[in-house]
Amino acid sequence: MKTRHLVSMGLAFALSAGTAQAVTLRVANQGDAQSMDPHSLNESLQLTFTGNVYEPLVARDKELGLTPGLATRWTQPKPTVWRFELRRGVKFHDGTPFTADDVVFSFNRAAGAGSDMQGYTNTFKEVRKLDDHTIEVETLTPFPILPDVLTQVYVMSRKWCEENKALTPVDRRKGIENAASFEANGTGPFRLKERRPGSRTVLVRHAAYWDKVEGNVTEVVFTPIGNAATRVAALLSGEVDVIEPVPLQDVERIKASPKLKVMQGPELRTIFLGMDQKRDELLFSNVKGKNPFKDKRVRQAFYQAIDIETIKSRVMRGAALPMALMVGPGIRGFSPDQNKRLPYDPEASKRLLAEAGYPSGFEVALNCPNDRYVNDADICQAVAANLARVGVKVNLQTETKVTYFPKILRRDTSFYLLGWTPSTYDAHNALSALMASPTDKGQGQFNLGAYSNAKVDELTLRIQSETDQARRNAMIREAFEAHAADIGHLPLHQQSLAWAMKKTVTLVQLADNFMPYKWVTLSEKAK
Amino acid sequence: MLVFILRRLAQAIAVMLTVAFMAFMLFQYVGDPVTHLLGQDATPAQREQLREDLGLNKPFPVQFARFVGNAVQGEFGLSLRQGQKVSRLLIERFPATLELAVVAALMALLVGVPMGVYAALKRGSVMSQVLMTVSLLGVSLPTFLIGILLILVFAVQLQWLPSFGRGELVSLGPWTTGLASLDGWKHLVLPATTLAMFQLTLIMRLVRAEMLEVLRTDFIRFARARGLPDRLVYFGHALKNTLVPVITITGLQLGSLIAFSIITEQVFQWPGMGLLFIQAVAFADVPVMAAYLCLIALVFVCINLVVDLLYFAVDPRLRIESPAAGRAA
Repeated sequence: MKTRHLVSMGLAFALSAGTAQAVTLRVANQGDAQSMDPHSLNESLQLTFTGNVYEPLVARDKELGLTPGLATRWTQPKPTVWRFELRRGVKFHDGTPFTADDVVFSFNRAAGAGSDMQGYTNTFKEVRKLDDHTIEVETLTPFPILPDVLTQVYVMSRKWCEENKALTPVDRRKGIENAASFEANGTGPFRLKERRPGSRTVLVRHAAYWDKVEGNVTEVVFTPIGNAATRVAALLSGEVDVIEPVPLQDVERIKASPKLKVMQGPELRTIFLGMDQKRDELLFSNVKGKNPFKDKRVRQAFYQAIDIETIKSRVMRGAALPMALMVGPGIRGFSPDQNKRLPYDPEASKRLLAEAGYPSGFEVALNCPNDRYVNDADICQAVAANLARVGVKVNLQTETKVTYFPKILRRDTSFYLLGWTPSTYDAHNALSALMASPTDKGQGQFNLGAYSNAKVDELTLRIQSETDQARRNAMIREAFEAHAADIGHLPLHQQSLAWAMKKTVTLVQLADNFMPYKWVTLSEKAK
Repeated sequence: MLVFILRRLAQAIAVMLTVAFMAFMLFQYVGDPVTHLLGQDATPAQREQLREDLGLNKPFPVQFARFVGNAVQGEFGLSLRQGQKVSRLLIERFPATLELAVVAALMALLVGVPMGVYAALKRGSVMSQVLMTVSLLGVSLPTFLIGILLILVFAVQLQWLPSFGRGELVSLGPWTTGLASLDGWKHLVLPATTLAMFQLTLIMRLVRAEMLEVLRTDFIRFARARGLPDRLVYFGHALKNTLVPVITITGLQLGSLIAFSIITEQVFQWPGMGLLFIQAVAFADVPVMAAYLCLIALVFVCINLVVDLLYFAVDPRLRIESPAAGRAA
């Protein structure tokens, strides 16, 4: 007892002195952050990693709700203006105090040339500094979800960027590297100590962090291990504390170990099938002269032919949540009561096909990636088998994401599988990107089958600028209803996150697949 | 000798040009870099501008000439995935691969040659038969399986050795080495063994076969008849004569160790060029793939050249032959 007390005192002393008495968390992930520049790439892994070093004005809590980050308060004095009061007494890792100048600079940097974050900033008209601790963002149109959007835009130090010639993000096109790609100077709970792209990145606690940090981790060693078997072996052998993701076939094996545990939870991503509903004749089908997917009965027949429960149990080994909506729990606008799938019913499906004029089915090609989503190619195989039972012959074409995405983005497909996470955690994003009619302004950019419904289009536009939350939710509901009535897409499921760790590790698993190290606690060493 | 070297050099350049051409063709057929660089939001005008900037709208021969011109200077452009100079990425990764390959090659030689000699001399003994059987396993098991098995036994079950990465590194200028620390060596054992396994058994079987051949020749019998001690007969005369093919194979295998460490590097998350290449393939990062191909071809060409020169050193007959041919002409 006494010794333990001494040890913890020693630990506390060491921490306050910032010396090496570290609680080290060793994390292995499938991939690596591509850069340390928080504005260079809009991708989950990139943002979750840099999110430990840099911070946004508005942060997310453990339930993905909004919580004060570098801003303590935000108000909307006018429909097109958001005002943020900035936190005082915050210091960057190099000791520079954080002020409104840094925010204005960072938002302009994120909105400027070379940035991959323009999707979050394209509603900005102007970012103004009112005083050292207040800024305003004026948007082009009323934009009620600006605080949600800003959770992904991290703040850098203007002074540091100027001194290090990192005024603009790494432009991948020109290959401009700058200090921000390999070094970092944020306000976050961790600062970057060592960076070796593709092999090892080390973070250590920022001693002067403004907030109390819940977890006890003082050092994080992050290693990308691409090979799934090696990643699991590294955990089993005790060389790392946490791995992500766990291949589904290894889940049971890890659970069987007395020292390890697996955390599974739904990811925000929804997996669905889309159908070409625009062309008068499908590109890859034996039906000539017409497009069967224009007929709602055919779409419904496909829907009811898919045995989602079997896909869940066999293909996904239980790690999936069947969906009827294009967004899942965790996304604002999702209503559980709307999430009711049409029943699996091959007989009804055959009947519908016959009514639509295809009593003996038809042939169509299904495009599918084989290395993008959890068991993606297997899902497509199961769907093909399901459809075969009602007479539809599916010519399955699976390929790597590298060739798959350019192809389907060219609309070179009749029937395809896609997964979508609304990057704003808001249903509007899914409506606008997946369900609204494609326009040349980027709306419906991933509505690859060009599903089109005037009502959905109109609602999508209104939702974008509606500030009243209740009215907004009602409109989202209405849009989802219209889409479901049309069977615009065939939602399948939300895939699960699977993380594995030592039992001594306590952490928070967020449905957006972010892993903030400040919430990680390591208890006494396992062995 | 000089003619020989010049002829070899000309051949080498021809090979390199061919490989460069193939690498260049990658750019034409493996995806469109413009799509990768600009993402999905870009307008057609932006795409056209980038084509212009990158010189992609120039005629094919012009583009190829530019590619070769840059490649000769070691310049392969930018990695599409990492936005860094490819040459820099390769330089960063090269030490890891070279250290792994050299250690694996040494292991294969230092263990394989004595084992081969032993199997030849004690032909028929139980031990040499065991060695032969085990070596069959080494030749026929795929690398990734050996790697995974080693990880399972030594990292997961026994927990003696680490399963991934290079461990603690020491920087000597641009060169980072894991050979200077115990931790680095520990990390090296499993991947190097995995990589060496195939070569080791190959060398052993080769040495054994050659040795048996040589032992049957007249000059060994004469040496024996003259009453030379066994040690001198075996190691001074017989072994020396088996080494010509062993040098060829070892040389070429060093090349393939470097080239095909891809699988080992992937299994052990060894941050070398092979891992870089795998990652490049997954992202259609063509400049990295092209540079890797050219570099590997260069390694092979150089090793071949050195191997040919080594023949002169080891086999005196070659030394006599070519000048004689020169004089006769």
